[in-house]
Amino acid sequence: MSKRIEVENLNVFYGKFLAVEGVSLTIEPRTVTAFIGPSGCGKSTLLRTLNRMHEVIPGARVDGRVAIDGKNLYDLDVDPVLVRRQVGMVFQRPNPFPTMSIKENVLAGVKLNNGRISRSDADDLVEKSLKGANLWKEVKDRLDRPGSSLSGGQQQRLCIARAIAVSPDVLLMDEPCSALDPISTLAIEDLIEELKRDYTIVIVTHNMQQASRVSDRTAFFNIAGTGLPGRLIEVDDTATIFERPTEKSTEDYISGRFG
Amino acid sequence: MTLMSEAAVIQGRTLPRGFAWTTLVASIVASAAIFLALALAQVTPEFNVAGAAVVGAILYLVLVGVISRLVEGRRKSIDRVMAGVITAAFLIALIPLISLVATTAADGINRFDMQFFSSSMRNVVGAGGGGLHAIIGTLLVTGAATIISVPVGIMTAIYLVEYGKGRLAKSITFLIDVMTGIPSIVAGLFAFALFALVFGPGIRFGIGGAVALSLLMIPVVVRSTEEMLKLVPNELREASFALGVPKWLTIVKVVLPTAIAGIITGVMISIARIIGETAPLLIIAGLSTSMNYDLFSERMTTLPVFVYTQYTIQGADAQAYIDRAWTGALVLIIIVLLLNLIARIIARVLAPKGSR
Ligand SMILES: Nc1ncnc2c1ncn2[C@@H]1O[C@H](COP(=O)(O)OP(=O)(O)OP(=O)(O)O)[C@@H](O)[C@H]1O
Ligand SMILES: [Mg+2]
Repeated sequence: MSKRIEVENLNVFYGKFLAVEGVSLTIEPRTVTAFIGPSGCGKSTLLRTLNRMHEVIPGARVDGRVAIDGKNLYDLDVDPVLVRRQVGMVFQRPNPFPTMSIKENVLAGVKLNNGRISRSDADDLVEKSLKGANLWKEVKDRLDRPGSSLSGGQQQRLCIARAIAVSPDVLLMDEPCSALDPISTLAIEDLIEELKRDYTIVIVTHNMQQASRVSDRTAFFNIAGTGLPGRLIEVDDTATIFERPTEKSTEDYISGRFG
Repeated sequence: MTLMSEAAVIQGRTLPRGFAWTTLVASIVASAAIFLALALAQVTPEFNVAGAAVVGAILYLVLVGVISRLVEGRRKSIDRVMAGVITAAFLIALIPLISLVATTAADGINRFDMQFFSSSMRNVVGAGGGGLHAIIGTLLVTGAATIISVPVGIMTAIYLVEYGKGRLAKSITFLIDVMTGIPSIVAGLFAFALFALVFGPGIRFGIGGAVALSLLMIPVVVRSTEEMLKLVPNELREASFALGVPKWLTIVKVVLPTAIAGIITGVMISIARIIGETAPLLIIAGLSTSMNYDLFSERMTTLPVFVYTQYTIQGADAQAYIDRAWTGALVLIIIVLLLNLIARIIARVLAPKGSR
């Protein structure tokens, strides 16, 4: 059920400001692709265009093509709401719904969409998703406690459980571990390794070790200067990027020699 | 070098624990003694309580400031004096409130009896009678105004925060600001003119009053709801969108529940704002001494209007009218307090739970 993503000549604007220019890349099904690059080079911006989440920001627009299994997301007949049901997203900061319990948070994708689900199906889905997110053991005795009563790392895994509960085909993760301790980070990295079997995953990270540990392919982005658009410098197998990058700037960035 | 050694010291000279309280008591006692002496010496006709309090407070501030400055240094002395000034400001702000409640309670208690709550003023001249018709009127008119204003106000706020952009939203915001400033008498005249156009001149009924009041209430509801909706973090909306939830469901199921406690508080404040209105109701709801349960026909009296008429149109037994006026005011205050209490309970039950 995972899908191929093709990005062609994508430009992203915030109002008049061109934030990302001329990106073309292909993301294969059942792979993990890491986006790396210095702050402000447009990684989050690009990620959000993969499920049309950028449209939530006033003034943001794109031109170019993003196709999922051959269908351009930006065709006129495409409903962004349906796109987001197939392309899930986990954010940098954990954002469980404060009015809902842990269980309700996991079921949010179903419940918020006015979906009906029998009690036993709901319990199964909750257990499956929480197990999938490596959180089941920690919370199985307090599913009715508020989601915001968990620790930051647990909240992030709850958000992942919430995202996979709607069984998307693609999972986008924007620095999912940046607020987490090493142990939770490892838990999430293990999780990504498992999720890879079923989903196409794109992860933004500032952590080089993490990129090299979890990803199959790595895309390096850079920005020539403030006010200039971010560009894709190169994308290749992670091993290649980390051992024999083609571009000098990639090597500099990865080895920490970066201005 | 001196800087280094000073920085290394973390103990400063401090005054003993009870210093502030002792000084306060001493200042008040001293000031009271002075005023007592003045009263005994016949300089002032009697013991001047307010004067003693004011002089005592000033004496305290000066004493604390000077002593603390000498012993503890500049920063702590300023801290102590400012703490004193702020407490004094708080107490001063409290005086009218306490005095108002105390006076109303003391004078209102005379007629705070079963008869007041069980009878109207129909055919009552002099003593007796009651304010049931006004209590019912207040509840009906305010309730109707709330039913009109809350949906309109909340939906306007949702439009402004979640959908509105550009000219239209800006002009609505501007108009809401203008509406906030409308004098209540103008709202009454507007409602009167409106209904006079439809039903002919001389029309008076409760619903007209409700319309006039909702004119005053809507901007308050819009403003407070708007603020509450803006407090809902964008991340929650994004989290919901990312799950493929449409915008309207996100608003109904994520944004509103997160903000509901604040919205209810805002609605309660707006009710408290209009429940005491007199002028517009005098115009469009009119005066009545009898029971009227029907918002849509006949005149209807509310508590503020009841208080006003009891006080201005006193009959032969003036004291009876004045007593009823006070009791009316007391009942009004109690209703507002009860509403506040209910709102707090609702808000507490609905508030997001368990945040760290
Ligand atoms: N909502 C927005 N409105 C206007 N400009 C924005 C907005 N969000 C981001 N930008 C701009 O777009 C550019 C790319 O930002 P983006 O957040 O995608 O960077 P990033 O690579 O994710 O950085 P980081 O690693 O710090 O998260 C930046 O110049 C930023 O200022
Ligand atoms: Mg980012």
